[in-house]
Amino acid sequence: MMGPLRSTRKTDSPRLSLSRVFLGVWSRAGAAFALLKKFLLLDLLEGLRVTFKAQHPSKIYTEQYPAERPAVAERYRGAPRLNNHPETNQTLCIACDLCAIACPENLIVVGSVRNPATRRKELTTFTYDLSRCMFCGLCEDACPVDALELTQDFELASYTREGLIWDRQMLEEGPRPVRYSS
Amino acid sequence: MSATFLDTNELELNMGPQHPSTHGVLRVILKLDGEKVLGTECVIGYLHRGVEKIAEARTYQQFAPYVDRMDYISAVSNGLGYCLAVEKLLNVTATPRARAVRVILTELNRIASHLFWLGTHALDIGATTPLFYCLREREEVLKIFENYCGARLTTHAFRIGGLQYELYAGFEDQVRAFCGSFPGRVDEYEELLTHNRIWTSRLRGVGILNAEECKRFGVTGPVLRAAGVAWDLRKAQPYSGYEQYEFHVPTGEAGDTYDRYLVRVREMRESVRIIEQALAMLPSGPVMAKVPKVIKPAPGEVYVSIEAPKGELGYYVVSDGGKNPYRVRVRPPSFLNLQALDTMCRGALVADVVAIIGTIDMVMGEVDR
Repeated sequence: MMGPLRSTRKTDSPRLSLSRVFLGVWSRAGAAFALLKKFLLLDLLEGLRVTFKAQHPSKIYTEQYPAERPAVAERYRGAPRLNNHPETNQTLCIACDLCAIACPENLIVVGSVRNPATRRKELTTFTYDLSRCMFCGLCEDACPVDALELTQDFELASYTREGLIWDRQMLEEGPRPVRYSS
Repeated sequence: MSATFLDTNELELNMGPQHPSTHGVLRVILKLDGEKVLGTECVIGYLHRGVEKIAEARTYQQFAPYVDRMDYISAVSNGLGYCLAVEKLLNVTATPRARAVRVILTELNRIASHLFWLGTHALDIGATTPLFYCLREREEVLKIFENYCGARLTTHAFRIGGLQYELYAGFEDQVRAFCGSFPGRVDEYEELLTHNRIWTSRLRGVGILNAEECKRFGVTGPVLRAAGVAWDLRKAQPYSGYEQYEFHVPTGEAGDTYDRYLVRVREMRESVRIIEQALAMLPSGPVMAKVPKVIKPAPGEVYVSIEAPKGELGYYVVSDGGKNPYRVRVRPPSFLNLQALDTMCRGALVADVVAIIGTIDMVMGEVDR
């Protein structure tokens, strides 16, 4: 275990060795120097040094949103999307209802009819209530055919509550947010 | 306090729930004699969402995203505690690779949590600059989270039995780069604050809580360690493979606000050491243990606690054999640490109350649940 902090402050920071030597000299020089140090505001100047180091324009860290749109991660969990097959343009969804079962908020409603010819369930409606979604990603984890996916779209604001309840068409096309650019 | 002719009438003053430095919706009723605080009373519950009750209507997997929303500053730690509790209930252990990744992400989260605390605490005291630098470095951590699991704050990073996601390409480089540059950044914060005369005079001797009082209130985490008690659950009852890593448990001696600042700064440096060790010995293999699709633990109850950035975070999970937990009880560090507020505030000035609330490092989402 470590000893008390008071005496070992800053010991594990090799970059500060210069200022430590500097301070060491001061403390050895006695009380008069300590008073002078206090008078010269050295402790405040030490902090100001950090401030001035960050002044160079190359150190600017601010993102200029919405003028510049941030690049979100590949795995970002944003707006949901129902994927269609890229060639046939048919939905990939097999209406298995697993996403609706996995959802903690029960906000997915899958509508399907059984095709009497193929004996398969076919998707008719798909409702996704984004106003209650917490983007946990359990639905896309549950999907066995990668039909439902949380995408990188993150601008989901709507003027109405109804606008946040997405139907199948909206889920397939994705949101169309207003793009501001200067 | 002895009565003097300068005494004024006792004044009751409401601080919060909409006060910028109560870090959420905490309401403190201050009993004042002039500027002196005679006593405080906390009114909580403004952020109550009934998380523990919600658990009873969700399956074990479905409840995992909700725990992220208690202490939303350190969602990864919350998720780890819950997953460990259910895994113990199921008698499942995560794979070695999953455990190492969990340690890396949890320690990154500890850094992010302490950075956010340091920035806002300094802002409360009146130092605006550290906030910008702290949030800049926190952003780096959040980017790692976003790359790993797709969310920055409410991460839902872990699943019961291991991890949902394999590490992304470039994870190790990104974390190594962060670990390389971060200690230098901590030096900068210390240059700004540690010797600053305003900082020291505002923090030294303020809000003293000695070890005896800490134990009486059940206070854990950096607040307890600043009082000189080297109690860290990562050392005392290692979980998720913490026994493999070498790190110190920083302690203070005075138990005042300044010591708590130093302890947390030191903890950030120790977290970097743990991450570097975990990266160096990152095992390969699967990230998910064998867990049934429908989790139905045998009837029983477990209590699992971990060292969250704010203190001991415990989950008490009771199973009745069904697919929903019968009861989930959370022992939040913030709630118990907040109980010591009155003891710390008595005799202090109104301006010190802001410093003391900040130094407890509580998140109201966790206090109210």
